[in-house]
Order: sequence, then C-alpha cells, then structure tokens
Amino acid sequence: MKGNEIRLQIKRLNEDTVLLNKRSRLIHKFKASLFSVIKFIILLGISYIILGPIINIVANSFYSPSDVYNPSVFLFPLNPTMDNYSLTYSRLEYWKTLGWSLLYVIALTAIQIIITSMAGYGFARFDFPFKKLLFACVIITIVLPTHTIMLPLYQHFRNWDIFGIFSASLGHKVNLLSSEAPMFLMTLLGSGLRSGLFIYIFRQFFRGLPKEIEEAAFIDGAGMAYTYLRIMMPNAIPSIVTVTVFSVVWQYNDMFYVNLFSMPSSKHITFRLSTVRSTIEFVDLVKDPMISQLNVYAGVILVVLPILIIYLFLQKYFIEGVERSGIVG
Amino acid sequence: MNKKRMTLRQKRAITGLIFILPWFIGFVVYYVRSLILTIQFSLSNVKIAETGGYTTTFIGLRNFKFALLEHATFNQILVDSLWEILVDVPFIVFFSLFIAIMLNSKFKGRALVRAIFFLPILLGSGAILEALQLATENIQGGAASTVAELATSSGVNMEYFLNIFIEIGLPLSFVEYITGLVARIYEIVRASSVQIIIFLASLQSVPPSMYEVAKIEGATTYEIFWKVTFPMVSPLILTNVVYTIIDSFINSEVVTTAYEVAFTQYNYGLSSAMSMLSTIIISLILIIVGALITRKTFYYN
Repeated sequence: MKGNEIRLQIKRLNEDTVLLNKRSRLIHKFKASLFSVIKFIILLGISYIILGPIINIVANSFYSPSDVYNPSVFLFPLNPTMDNYSLTYSRLEYWKTLGWSLLYVIALTAIQIIITSMAGYGFARFDFPFKKLLFACVIITIVLPTHTIMLPLYQHFRNWDIFGIFSASLGHKVNLLSSEAPMFLMTLLGSGLRSGLFIYIFRQFFRGLPKEIEEAAFIDGAGMAYTYLRIMMPNAIPSIVTVTVFSVVWQYNDMFYVNLFSMPSSKHITFRLSTVRSTIEFVDLVKDPMISQLNVYAGVILVVLPILIIYLFLQKYFIEGVERSGIVG
Repeated sequence: MNKKRMTLRQKRAITGLIFILPWFIGFVVYYVRSLILTIQFSLSNVKIAETGGYTTTFIGLRNFKFALLEHATFNQILVDSLWEILVDVPFIVFFSLFIAIMLNSKFKGRALVRAIFFLPILLGSGAILEALQLATENIQGGAASTVAELATSSGVNMEYFLNIFIEIGLPLSFVEYITGLVARIYEIVRASSVQIIIFLASLQSVPPSMYEVAKIEGATTYEIFWKVTFPMVSPLILTNVVYTIIDSFINSEVVTTAYEVAFTQYNYGLSSAMSMLSTIIISLILIIVGALITRKTFYYN
C-alpha cells in the first residue's frame, strides 16, 4: 500500500516538473521574442532619427521650384528635376574642387599615419627619460581645445620664419596664410588635426603586440627602423585602418583650420559648399531662399557622396579595426 | 674612434627619442609656445600692426574682468554652455552604452544598423550640419504639425499627459529634463556615435568565458549587466565622459564667441582671456569628474 502511494506521488511530481519545464520554456521564449521586438523598435526609431534628415535632403534635392510651394508634396517630388544638381555642380566646379580636397586630405592622412605611428611606437616600446611626463603631454594635446592656441598659431604662420633665415635672406618674414602649408607643417610635426588621439591609438595597439616578434627580428639582425617599417607596420593594419578613416573624415569635414588659415575655397569642397548658396543667389539671381536651399541640399549630397563611398568601402575593416585597434586599453 | 660603446639600453633610449622627435618639436613649437603666448595675450592689450605684427602692453587682469563683468553676453553664454554640457554628458554616455550593448548582440542586419549608427561621424562639417538641421526641422516640423492637427481634431492634449507624469509624483525638473532631451534627440544621437564605437570595442574585449560562468551560476541578464558587463567597460566610461565633455565644449557657443571677438573685432586680448577662462573651467570640471569616476572604476588588469 505505502509503496504504491509513494510511487504515485513521484509520478505526479514527475508530471509536474515536465509541466513546469514546458511553462518556463514558453515564458523564456516569450520573453526573448518580446525583447527582440522592443530592440527592433528602438533600433528602427533611432535609425529613423539618423536617416530621416538625410532622406529629406535627398528628396528635397530633386524638387523643382513648383514642388516647394505645393502643400500636397511630401518627400516625393511631383516634377522631379536634376536642375539643382547641374547648377550646384557647375558652381562648385565639382571635379576640380573635389580633386584638390581629396589630394589635400589624403596627403595629410598619409603624413598623419607615418608621424603618429612613429610617436606611438616610440612611446609603446622604448624606455627613455621623462617618458611618462612626455606621454602626459600627448594627453594634454588631446584634451586641450584647439581654439585656446588659435591666435598665436595664426600670428605664427602670418609671420613665419625659422631662426631668422627668411628675414635675413628675403628682408621680410614669410606669410604662409591663404595656403595649405601651415596644415602640412603642423601635421608633419605631429600637431595636426587630433594627432594626439592617433598617437594614443597607435601606442595602445603597439603595446598589445607580443614583444617576441621584435626580439626575433632583432636577433635576426634587423635594425630599429627596419623593424618598425617591415615588422610593426604590417601588423598594425587594424589601427592604421581606424586612423585612416577617422583622419580622412575629420580632415575632409574640418572647417576650423581651413577658416583659421584662410585657405582658398577653390580647393576645399566643404568650405566651398558653405559659400555656394550666396554664389547662386548673387550670380544666378535665385533670390528665393526656399529655392536656393534646394541647391544647398544637392550640394550636400554631392559633397557627402565621395566620403560615403570611402566609408562604405572601409566600413567592414573599420569596425573590425576599431574592435582590435586598442582604443580600448 | 668609439671611446665607449653604448649599451643596448642607451641605444634603445636614443632610438625611442628619435621616433618621438617630430611630435616633440611640434609640441614645443605649436603647443607650448602658443599656450604661453595666449596667456600673455590674455594679460595684455594687443595692438595689431598693419604688417600683421602686433605689440602687447601689460594690463593685468583687465581682459578677464571685462569678459566676465562688462561683456554683454559672454557670462550668459559661458554658464549656458557649461550647463548644457553637464546636462547632456550623463545621458549621452548611458545612451551610447545602451546602444553599444544592443549593437553587440547578434541579430539579422547588424552590419547595416551599425553602418547607419556610425553615419553621423561623416556628416560633421559646417554647411552639411546647417542643411541637416534645416532638414531635421522640416521633418520634425512636419511631424509636430501633424500632431498638432491631430490634437485639435481628436482632442489629444500633450500637456495632459505631461501633467499625469507630474501628478504621479515625478519631480517637475526631471520631467523637463527628459522632455528637453527628447526634443534634442537628433543632436544627442549625433553626438554619441564615437562613444558608441568606443563602448562597442570594449564590449568585444570582454572574455566570453565570464558570461558563460555567470550564466552557469544562474545569473539573470540584469545581474550579468551590473556584475560583469558594467565593471568590465567601466574604464571606458571615463574615456567617454572626457571625450563627450571636450567634444561638446568644442562645438559650444563659447568657442564661436571667442573666434568672433578675435577675427571680427580684432580684440586678441579679450578673445584670449575668454579662451583661457573657458579652458580653465573645463579643465577643472575634467579633473573633478575624472577623480570621481576613477574612484568607482574597476580595473581588470
């Protein structure tokens, strides 16, 4: 009798646990799907916040003047036109300006990579006196807002001289403003646009690489320069990609230095874009701000497109690169 | 010839110095020198000569006094910008952490979503920003006006819903903080894209075995976040806070004011004083925030 009862109870319990398992699994599944739905909604919403204005700009750039004042037009133009593009294209002198800007940006990025990776390598692998203090100085250059030093920089390049050589030979100091020379000089000496950050990225990355590689190279008779060029740089591809993307994008979008050193707008497309509206209003007599705005929209698309293509091309490597580049100590 | 061969250690020290030499020259010529000059400018009356040179006469703290006490708008702008930074920073940091955690989990179309989230980095220059702002207004204006139309027809009253939140017992300032942030959501999303990248990178570097252990021990997702994820990314919170403060400071109105004073009014002394003031305040904030966060930070290594 007793044995039977116990067996019955166990059986009931067994059934219960099966039931419990089933229930908890269902709840778990429901929770998981609920989470993914919420996640989907949030991501969709934020994507819309980012993409919304861009979609609006793309749509507006195809509007014809009659669409602007037609209240029934939303996003999709009734009379789509390429006029905005062709006008802005000619006023920007697109290919010429773009070519010069890309040349400027790429040259600066190349210099940036060489100089900052050298400094990063120096800080990561070599011991020298005051190393900690010097690296603290790198951090200061990251943290210090550039506008604090803008006036002395402006004056410095307005009357540029090295140890009085130019004033002795030419009779006056050289004015480097209205050209790209100041930016090249600064980048060459590791004080370019956010160079400190790039030094930091390279230093963190080089610190993460195993020391054995270098030791092996040293034993095989490689010099320090050779080790840096042929061993360390090829290994640093992830952080090189990261720095390249950041440097290209920031340099391309930079208006601060372009303004400060009053570089010519015919060679800097983002700078030119900021004046294209007034050009169109005065030269082409498009006096209606609502309509000249359409040209600006077309210009924005034209200016963003090249950098977007570069970004999409490097995007996969970039994100992988960031993950391994040692931004994270 | 060689009196004494250098030891390997000395050789390496010299090579290291050669590697950092270009940066060091630049640092001395452009940063140290400029910083000293800015301090000098801020303490003197700068006269600009016709050839582009300048002469300075020492006038003590007069420029600082003028900027703070007599300039029409500067102290207002300074306080506003600082207040905005203090309000935005915590939200931006937590928002970017939240998004980074979402982007870190696996789902379909993750590559596309990531590409979209990093898009704002590309759209950072003056004219593009202006156009974007206008387009945002167009879109938000469109949406807002539809809401307004709906509200009159269907009787939905936003004020009513806000009042509910207030009557629940939420403090008014909190409700205003949240609605203020929602109103500027586009700017906040745009300002947090680099931070998202940094957090994402740090999340990737958390060893997966930790999550496995936590799961086997029966931790819930909530506990895993606070006990594993959060401590592991906490060193990067400091980085992100510093980055956010500096980034929003560079884009703030204080900088534009200083720039205008220098290049439209040619008052170098006043402009330098403004720059110095704002930089000193920001440095103080950075030091305080840094000290506070470092105390709470957990370092794995």
